[in-house]
Amino acid sequence: MAIKRRDLLKLGGLTLIGTAASAAVGGVYTKPQEALKGSRWALAIDVVKCKENRATCGLKCVEVCHSLHNVPSIPDKKKEIKWIWEEKFEHAFPEHEANYYLNEKLHDTPFLLLCNHCDNPPCVRVCPTKATFKREDGIVMMDYHRCIGCRFCMAACPYGARSFNWIDPRPFIAKVNPEYPSRMKGVVEKCTLCYERIAEGKIPACVEACPAKAIVFGDLKNPNDEINKILKERIAIRRKEELTTYPSVFYLIG
Amino acid sequence: MYNAGKVIIFIVVLILFFTIPMWLNLGRVEAIPQPELPKDKTKCIESKEYMRAYHMKLLDDWRKQAIRENKHVYVAKDGEKHFVSLQKTCMKCHNNKEKFCDSCHNFVVTHPDCWNCHIAPEVAEKWQ
Repeated sequence: MAIKRRDLLKLGGLTLIGTAASAAVGGVYTKPQEALKGSRWALAIDVVKCKENRATCGLKCVEVCHSLHNVPSIPDKKKEIKWIWEEKFEHAFPEHEANYYLNEKLHDTPFLLLCNHCDNPPCVRVCPTKATFKREDGIVMMDYHRCIGCRFCMAACPYGARSFNWIDPRPFIAKVNPEYPSRMKGVVEKCTLCYERIAEGKIPACVEACPAKAIVFGDLKNPNDEINKILKERIAIRRKEELTTYPSVFYLIG
Repeated sequence: MYNAGKVIIFIVVLILFFTIPMWLNLGRVEAIPQPELPKDKTKCIESKEYMRAYHMKLLDDWRKQAIRENKHVYVAKDGEKHFVSLQKTCMKCHNNKEKFCDSCHNFVVTHPDCWNCHIAPEVAEKWQ
């Protein structure tokens, strides 16, 4: 007996439902209870404290960040990878070069540079695969699974906060952190404001590691947060504000 | 059929060409792999059948949920909560990638590129 069209359609429908159901089985996903909650994460770096303690601190923030995230130390400057690094005032703030008084005051002050997690990140706008994107809490994320290594983001980032893996980074990682992945040749990487630590309820590693407590981490949208009090009391500058990227890394200079 | 001889020869050649892998492996018997399970654990986050059929989908979902959706907890069907992480959760139990993952993946000639970045426990051990 030939199968009726009605029966065939019924069978087809059932098969479709079955396939969809078998693919959808599994659990649900939630945010961890202990995760830090915030809607605009930011860092305030006290460069006055930084300068006072620079002789003794040994750049703990850089060391801890790089060792925790398996950032390789490649001696060749052209291929180097950095998430957080130290720079002179005149290199970090070239637009302030003409400001003689500021320049004189901040001469020899170390500035810690890292990804600024901008409000209006140019890197996100140019990424063709959406490998870099902005999270709800303001963190500019990198999804290394999606990065195709086109380096548009590097060209767009006005802060040079991104590094490209020209070679396999693994041979240049002295001590590995087995709980965090390394990267592979051909992807762009940068600081992700320790999103993996925030999910576990911890503050970013550089903030925790600083012996002088010169880095403050907090939520700009929360008026009771310590960072907002500090920003109200102190004089803070941000890098290349004229570009209207609205960085969320503040440098407390006075 | 016109040119029946030529057409049939061509069809035979085509069939032979597309079945090359079969002919090359003809007579080669390889034992079906028996992946070595973790010794002190009896239960995975989901049932054995589910993990067998969908572990690749689950891992793909995990990476999307953790990185893109900021959801780091997986609530399994039995209600138990697991932290979404290949290295912190999966590899803590399945601490031998060679005997667990690779034995099947090599058999079916599937080489996922997870390990270019994620660090297998035995690799981490050698590194130190």
